[in-house]
Amino acid sequence: MLALQLLISGLSQGCIYGLIALGFVLIYKATETVNFAQGELMMLGAFAGLVASAWFGLPYWVALLLAVLVMVVLGMAVERLVLRPILGQPAFAIVMVTIGVGYVARGLVTMVPGVGTETYTLPTPFKDELVRAGGLIISAEHLVVIGATVVLCLLLFGLFRFTRIGVAMQAASQNQLAAYYMGIPVKRLNGLIWGISAAVAAVAGVLLAPITFVHANMGFIGLKAFPAAVIGGFGSLPGAILGGLVIGLVESLAGFYLPEGFKDIAAYVVVLLMLVIKPNGLFGETMRKKV
Amino acid sequence: MRFLFKTDYDQDIALLRHAGQRFWYALLGLALIAAPWTVSEYQLAQLSLVAIYGIVGLGLMLLTGFTGLVSIGHAAFLGVGAYAEAVLSARGWPFPVSAAAAIGLSAATGVIVGLPALRVRGIYLAIATLAFGFIVEEVLTRWEAVTGGNSGLSVGRVEIFGWTLGSATEFYFLCVGLAALCTLVLLNLLRSPTGRAFVAIRDSEISAQGMGIHLAAYKTLSFAMSAGLTGLAGALYAHNLRFLSPDQFTVLQSVELLMMVFVGGVGSVHGAFLGAAFIIVLPQLISALAPLLPAGLGGATGLQPTVFGLILIGFILFEPMGLYGWWFKVRTYLELFPFYRRGMFRRQKAFQKSERLR
Repeated sequence: MLALQLLISGLSQGCIYGLIALGFVLIYKATETVNFAQGELMMLGAFAGLVASAWFGLPYWVALLLAVLVMVVLGMAVERLVLRPILGQPAFAIVMVTIGVGYVARGLVTMVPGVGTETYTLPTPFKDELVRAGGLIISAEHLVVIGATVVLCLLLFGLFRFTRIGVAMQAASQNQLAAYYMGIPVKRLNGLIWGISAAVAAVAGVLLAPITFVHANMGFIGLKAFPAAVIGGFGSLPGAILGGLVIGLVESLAGFYLPEGFKDIAAYVVVLLMLVIKPNGLFGETMRKKV
Repeated sequence: MRFLFKTDYDQDIALLRHAGQRFWYALLGLALIAAPWTVSEYQLAQLSLVAIYGIVGLGLMLLTGFTGLVSIGHAAFLGVGAYAEAVLSARGWPFPVSAAAAIGLSAATGVIVGLPALRVRGIYLAIATLAFGFIVEEVLTRWEAVTGGNSGLSVGRVEIFGWTLGSATEFYFLCVGLAALCTLVLLNLLRSPTGRAFVAIRDSEISAQGMGIHLAAYKTLSFAMSAGLTGLAGALYAHNLRFLSPDQFTVLQSVELLMMVFVGGVGSVHGAFLGAAFIIVLPQLISALAPLLPAGLGGATGLQPTVFGLILIGFILFEPMGLYGWWFKVRTYLELFPFYRRGMFRRQKAFQKSERLR
């Protein structure tokens, strides 16, 4: 029973990691850029949700929607202003730019007087509710996280599978140049991908907010989502979610069964092992460059 | 304008190309030697710190700028070097021996981290080093018997076979001397076959492999050397701060070191020191200028990260070669005086190397 309990809390934490990793993978697949500011985007999303629900008094779900919309616009703006001008530059220069974006986002939030340096709780309709099922006690927050992740994944799956724009995105991510020649507006799609990725981050932020708190440094959780993305194979969407779940579970179990301190580094130990054993992750694609 | 007539093959590999360079570097050397008597004690301490960070910059530049491998965990090597030096010097080991041990230990850790580097590249490698950075930070915190954990560890003065470097001046000369030595080592390395192999790996792994360069061996070597240099800097860092705690070696510190290299100019030895000076001076510049800003803005804790981030973005967007590139353009302008054209350094759209193919 205890193991099951740990399993569920691990799964819900893993869903958060998975959602952030999903954001990395979306952007990586489309533009081969690794977005180190993903955690900060999540933090901004959480703050947007907080402003909407605590200051304007909107209900939780409306606040979530609003946060998503705000973040879509912000994500597209970041892509247009900062990333598009350096398209085609060495990969790590672009990574450094996203690190810079993260710094700016974190700094700007703490600079808002009286807001940024505090920690907040996000009021939710399901706060402190417990679900009892056959001896199991599960907090509703965890169930909501798992449920929302499933819904979001289905939505994204639908988008990529059945819509014209989703298929175009797949084409662009497989071969940018060929997609260009086929008349797909690759640049605009890249902007849209950043929007979607920021939206996923916002959902993760608003879902995480009731479990932890909303504060300027909550974006550092993004650093734990990297192992998740790597374990899944950096270019695979289902892999990202699965990797997140693996990390969440390992962390939850390590926190209980291993001595103190292992919980924080469990994710990194797992990813190092993974890189040594199977560098391309669980679902990674391997191709060799032909000379 | 200056014309270089080469009459000797030795001129091709000379470190100082012409009389002008000899003059300016001699002047720089004299200024550095005269510094203890011309600047205040506080500025002297800052100069020592610039030299220490410059050594880290050299190490990271060797790895990132010249071998094309990225590390987001370099603060861990700094930490390994610093703690090794702290523990060994507390046992009475003289500085040359303990520093050599610190270098060796750091380099050995570098080899261990380099092992995944043999199989992964690009962003995977960055994440492997990130993971390593987190693990080392946690080890430094938890291994209280050796590192003192969060309560920290205090370090004594530098002691070389009974001669204690008590004053700031002596320590300054030690730092600057070692920095100069490391620079020479790096410059000589870069014009040797090993250094050429590193640069070849950076430019194209496949071509390098085709030319008979053993990728795994050279990548590991690069990691080890980079970690060794950083370990030496760590040893000096320990004596400079004289108090170590794990929160000085976080991943944020690693990112800051990387930022130093990128702002200084990736792929230039000058860049390491320019970036080091930049990263030391900027926080002081910000705190000096903060009172000029509106009250709510100037006192905010987020001011420094914001400025750091903006400067980083600005450099990569507008001056990808960093501070050194800036200086290079000014120098070219002066050298070619009436003939400089703005298009000379127009950035080419580089063909994006896909990392999905390997």
